Amino acid sequence: MACINPDGTITPSARKILRAAETSLTPAELAAATDLPLYRIRSSLRELVQAGLLREQDERYVTTDAGRTRQVAAS
Amino acid sequence: MADVTETSKPVFGLPRLNEPAPEFEAVTTDGTIRLSDYKGTWLILFSHPADFTPVCTTEFLAFAEIFPQLRERGVELLGLSIDSVYSHIAWLRNIEEKTGVKIPFPIIADITMDVAMRYGMIMPGESKTETSRCVFIIDPESKLRAMIYYPLSLGRNMQEILRIIDALQTSDKYHVATPANWKPGEKVVVPAPNTAETAEQRVQERDGYECVDWYLCKKQL
Repeated sequence: MACINPDGTITPSARKILRAAETSLTPAELAAATDLPLYRIRSSLRELVQAGLLREQDERYVTTDAGRTRQVAAS
Repeated sequence: MADVTETSKPVFGLPRLNEPAPEFEAVTTDGTIRLSDYKGTWLILFSHPADFTPVCTTEFLAFAEIFPQLRERGVELLGLSIDSVYSHIAWLRNIEEKTGVKIPFPIIADITMDVAMRYGMIMPGESKTETSRCVFIIDPESKLRAMIYYPLSLGRNMQEILRIIDALQTSDKYHVATPANWKPGEKVVVPAPNTAETAEQRVQERDGYECVDWYLCKKQL
């Protein structure tokens, strides 16, 4: 898993994405904001949405309360 | 596309140029990646026989060296071999430790050979358990645009890979073809006329082209 470690903590790249998605962003905007390649953003978004840490609406992604909590805890 | 042998093992043919590249979802050193994650960018999907082997190591160093040039061209790299993700991680860390070079692209851990079979990366005459040195160039629409196959003993030529990317992108942008040994900045081949009338027109007018005859004309971009 690229975003969530086996012990349940989140990876540095996931933290970057969750922080950037405090404001609703498209995958391309997230790639620009985090300096991660688009393929990694798309792959990570699937994982983070599935884990309930991000929410998708109209192809834009925003951090959920659970995601914010996890992001802050990892900082 | 899959055929079934007497032992009921699926056998996949080679992918074909200008058709959609076979979709996949695979475990990589960057997590689970799908081909569709690369939509909108060019992708070089390449296989190598095995981690911790000498020719493969030289190739990974060479791919890392041209990585910035590929990125400038909007191209991503994705490696593959029939090794575990732990083997890939250990090998990449070893390369960095021994050479100082960080490999900046992910590698598929294709333990089940699922992706290798879809792309025809295994040449049983060479090895039944290792992938050959295959290169698949996939465009932003996920269409397979070029393939190169090298034997296990022969390391790939990075300049040729860059040249193919440049040629394909030039062809797409200007609707031209590229002659033998073409390099960026050199003259390109204009499409040959496809009617007798336009062939005659090409001979008479030349349109500023450098022509050997009606069917072989070049121009500077």
